[in-house]
Amino acid sequence: MSPNAHDAPVDLEAELEASEVQEVLEKLDRELIGLKPVKTRIREIAALLLVDRLREKVGLTSETPTLHMCFAGNPGTGKTTVAMRMGEILKRLGYVREGHLVTVTRDDLVGQYIGHTAPKTREIIKKAMGGVLFIDEAYYLYKPENERDYGQEAIEILLQAMENHRDDLVVILAGYKDRMDRFFQSNPGMRSRIAHHVEFPDYSSDELMAIAKLMLAGQNYRFSADAEKAFAEYIPLRMRLAQFANARSIRNALDRARLRQANRLFAGRRKAITKTDLMTIEAEDVLASRVFREGHPDGTPP
Amino acid sequence: MMTNPGNRITQGQFSFLPELTDAQITAQIKWALKHGWAVSVEYTDDPHPRNTYWEMFGMPMFDLKDPAGILLEINSCRKSFPNHYIRVMAFNSTRGGESPAMSFLVNRPKAEPGFTLVRQETEGRQMRYTVHSYATDKPESERY
Repeated sequence: MSPNAHDAPVDLEAELEASEVQEVLEKLDRELIGLKPVKTRIREIAALLLVDRLREKVGLTSETPTLHMCFAGNPGTGKTTVAMRMGEILKRLGYVREGHLVTVTRDDLVGQYIGHTAPKTREIIKKAMGGVLFIDEAYYLYKPENERDYGQEAIEILLQAMENHRDDLVVILAGYKDRMDRFFQSNPGMRSRIAHHVEFPDYSSDELMAIAKLMLAGQNYRFSADAEKAFAEYIPLRMRLAQFANARSIRNALDRARLRQANRLFAGRRKAITKTDLMTIEAEDVLASRVFREGHPDGTPP
Repeated sequence: MMTNPGNRITQGQFSFLPELTDAQITAQIKWALKHGWAVSVEYTDDPHPRNTYWEMFGMPMFDLKDPAGILLEINSCRKSFPNHYIRVMAFNSTRGGESPAMSFLVNRPKAEPGFTLVRQETEGRQMRYTVHSYATDKPESERY
């Protein structure tokens, strides 16, 4: 390489264009509300992989970065959704070959008798190769109260695969923050092999409202003006209640509103129903929720 | 056999070609996975062409998306049985098909003694011919 070659410009823009990753990132921005730290981290990873590709083009080699991740956050904060996107993003960046997501929990990895765990875990790892292995509630793998628990074996095999098959596999662990921390404390090997610890913050009530609208639009529904106001009142009430699961609670609330809307249309069926009627959720569909009257959500025992 | 120096057995696909490299094996497996076939690894030390009873190395691998997992199995089989014949099979499970769609060797013993032609004289000066592998004169697992 001549000395001048070091100053030759490399085309970052063209590389970005070619990878089509911008499109995925924009989609991420559009379809995922809030989640600032998550998006920042994904952007950083995308940038790193892109720069790595450029470096490779001009002959600067470096080891492939490890992309094993840990998603910590409360229920319903979008961990699975982001993991799903992660597969697509990493595929576009050429980091994984297939970009499919294999979602597993403890049951899928840990066997029931001696000698059952290793083949079971290996089979899952083989299935996830070329894509992303998403382990939900990973801390259940480790049960300190039972020293003969087979979970430890699964962890060891996972660690081995994470180290030896870095090119074939991206492992994402997910779970609640405090329990994840405890899990990593008792498994330092796991902690050190995971480069990216991403925290999923809870949503604010404005963000939840935006999510609700997005969900409705996805199902070809919409709020009437009054219903929107009612739902804006509903969200802070629901947030204060126990078992609030962020976006998941919102989805359940919307499902119940759809139920009531259908019932309302059915009850008043002598009147002609228009397409707008079929699409619109009215204030009464939202206000009928027990959250307003009794202070606990429908479908749960008082 | 004059036409087959080195006595390489020719069974399944690609057996007249030089040994497939790992990259070529990966490409073939990718083709199989693209069709939704389940790939499995088998081994034997009885090279007779009519030997259909090969041993399974682990389970057939269903629902895989990427060849890396299968290559992993191939390599661990090569490690366990460096001097056996190892083949990769792709099984087509669609109704009405339900049969192997691909089969090719990925490992063979270092020295292949080949086959002898066995003649048997029967009624009325008739001759029956068959082939017999020199290797199978020895008991199982001592053949190569």
